[in-house]
Amino acid sequence: MSSEPTAAVGRAKSTGLHTGDVRPGVAKVDPILVADGVKRQFGGLTAVDVDHVEIPRHAITALIGPNGAGKTTFFNLLTGFDKPNEGEWSFNGRSLNGVPAFRVARMGLVRTFQLTKALGLLTVLDNMKLGATHQRGERFWSSFLPFLWRKQDGETEAKARDLLVRFKLDAKSADFAASLSGGQRKLLEMARALMGDPELVMLDEPMAGVNPALTESLLEHILDLKDQGMTVLFVEHDMHMVRHIADWVIVMAEGRVVAEGPPDTVMKEQAVIDAYLGAHQDVDLGVVTGRVKGEHTAAEQELLEQIEDAEGVGE
Amino acid sequence: MDILQILSNTAAQILSPTTIGFVLAAIGLAVHFGFTGLLNMGVAGFMAVGAYGFAISILTFGLPWWVAALIGIAAAVVFALILGIPTLRLRGDYLAVVTIAAAEVVRLLFLTTAFRTVTGSADGLSGFHTDFRASNPLPNFSGNVGFGPWTYSRDQWWVIIIGVAVVIVVLLFVWALMRSPWGRVIKGIREDEDAVRALGKNVFSFKMQALVVGGVIIALGGIVTAMGTNVNPNVYVTSQTFYIWTALLLGGAATIFGPVLGAVLFWVVRAFLSNILPALVNIGVLPFLSGEQSQMLVFVLIGLALMLLVIFRPQGILGNRKELTFVK
Repeated sequence: MSSEPTAAVGRAKSTGLHTGDVRPGVAKVDPILVADGVKRQFGGLTAVDVDHVEIPRHAITALIGPNGAGKTTFFNLLTGFDKPNEGEWSFNGRSLNGVPAFRVARMGLVRTFQLTKALGLLTVLDNMKLGATHQRGERFWSSFLPFLWRKQDGETEAKARDLLVRFKLDAKSADFAASLSGGQRKLLEMARALMGDPELVMLDEPMAGVNPALTESLLEHILDLKDQGMTVLFVEHDMHMVRHIADWVIVMAEGRVVAEGPPDTVMKEQAVIDAYLGAHQDVDLGVVTGRVKGEHTAAEQELLEQIEDAEGVGE
Repeated sequence: MDILQILSNTAAQILSPTTIGFVLAAIGLAVHFGFTGLLNMGVAGFMAVGAYGFAISILTFGLPWWVAALIGIAAAVVFALILGIPTLRLRGDYLAVVTIAAAEVVRLLFLTTAFRTVTGSADGLSGFHTDFRASNPLPNFSGNVGFGPWTYSRDQWWVIIIGVAVVIVVLLFVWALMRSPWGRVIKGIREDEDAVRALGKNVFSFKMQALVVGGVIIALGGIVTAMGTNVNPNVYVTSQTFYIWTALLLGGAATIFGPVLGAVLFWVVRAFLSNILPALVNIGVLPFLSGEQSQMLVFVLIGLALMLLVIFRPQGILGNRKELTFVK
C-alpha cells in the first residue's frame, strides 16, 4: 500500500465552511448543492424529509446515520434517480427539479452506488472510456464514420489509462470487470466517475466491504479529489473514517437532518449519539427480550418499562 | 434410404430464402438481446410487419419492389417506436411481455377476415413477385443452374443474390456499430443501465435506437423471405420467435457471426432431421413411430437441444468463454 495509516490524518481539514451558529440547515459560505423541503414518501412511510441542507464547495462532506435513515434515498433524489413528492434542490444555483439522472451527471454531479455497478462483461478499459462525456462517436450516425471520433477516442483512452495507473488498476485494463475483486470494483467505479470531470462526486458507502488495506488507499483517493478541486459528498457507517477525512458531517435519522457540523464537535452531540448508536446502546437486547438470562441493569429495566407502556397504549 | 438425397436436401437449405431471412432475423435479435440486453419475444411480429409491408405495398398500392421494401422497413421502425415508447422506461421483462403480445396482435390482424381484400386473411398473399423478378439482371436461362446440391432457377438465384448481399451489408453495419463508442454504451446498458445513466448517457434514447435498428434488421429478414416465397400468417407464429432465439443462442448472442452460424446450423439440422427421421421410420429402424410422429420428434429434439445449450454452453458456439450471457 502506498501510505502509512497516519497519512490520511496528515492533511489539513477545510474550516470556516459555515456562517452563523452550527445547527441543522446552517448556511454555508459557498454551497455547491442546496436542498429545500425535499420530501419522499413510500406509501405511508416518509423516507426523506429534509427541511434545508447545504453542501459546502471544495470540501469533503460525510453523510452519516443509522440504517434506514434515508441516506441512499436522499442520494437518489439529489441525482435524479428518484423523484421527491415535494421540494426544490439546486446544483451550482441551477434547479435540478425534474432533471433526468443522465443530465444531472452531465452537469457535473456524478455518483457511485452502494452495491457496486461495475459493467462486468466490458473490459476495465471500456468501463473507464464509457465514463467520458460528450463523445462524438456515441451519436448513432457518426458511429459509422470513425474519422469523426477516432482522435477523441484516443484522448479518452489516454486519460483512462492515466486514471487506471493512479488507481493501480492498469494491469487489469484488458480484463473483464467481472474478474475484479469487490474492492477493485469500488476503485474502478470511483475512477470511472472521474472520467466525466465532475465538480461534485457523490460516493454511496465507498468503503463498504473493502478490506482495511484497500480502505487506506480509497481514503487517499478521496482526499486527492479534494486536492484536485472537486467536492465530495459520501455516505459512510464507519465513524473513524468519517473523523479522519471529512471536513463537515451531516447526520440523518428517520429521514431528517438531525445534526451537522465539523466532525469533532458533531460526534459529541446528544442527538447524534442517540440517532447513530441508539439511545440504549449500553443495553443488552438479549437480556431485555429474555433470550439470555441475566440481571437487568437500571437502564434495561427502564427500557422494559417503556416497552410495556408502549404495548399498553397499543392495546 | 437414399442418404445422398437426404444430404443434398439438407445442403440445399443453406441458401434457401427462408434460411437467409432467418439469418437476418437472428442478427437483428443479436442487436436486441446479445448487445443491448432487450428481451424481444416478438421477433415473428417484426418479420411479419416487414413481409406484409412489402407484399401489401406491391399488391394493393402497385409500388415498385424496392419502394415496397423501404415501406416494409419503415413499418418496422413504426412498430419498434410503438413498442418502445411505453416499455423501455420499465424493467426489461415488461418489454418481453409486451413484444410477445404485440407479435400475436399483429399476426391476428393479418389473419382476420375483416381485412381479407388487403391481407388475404388465412390464405396469405402471393403473386407479388412480378416486378421483383423483372428487375433480375442475370442473363436469361431456363431450368436450374448451379453446382452440387445448389442448383436453382433464375428467379431463385436473384433472391439468393439480393439476400446474401443484404446479409453482408447488415453484418458490416452491425460490426461498425458495435466497435464504436455507440456500441460501448449499448453493451454498458446490457450490463447495468443505472450505472450508464449515472455516467451521463441518455439510456432511454440508446435503447430506443437499438430497438429500431434490430427491428429493421429483423424486418429485412421478413422481406427477403417474402421475396422468395409467399406471405402467410401461419409462418409468423410464436414458435418462429423461439426458433430464432434457439438459432441465436446456438451461435452466440453477443457476437457478429454467431447468429449467422447459428441460423444456418439450425436450418441444416432441422432439414436433416426432418429428412432422415421419416426415412428411418420407412426402413423400420424406429418401429415405435409413424411418419407423422417422426416430424413432430424433430421439434422435440430442437427443444431439447435449446435446453442443453442454455445449460451447458450459454455463450453459444462463437461466444467468449468468459462471457456467459445468462450467468450473472
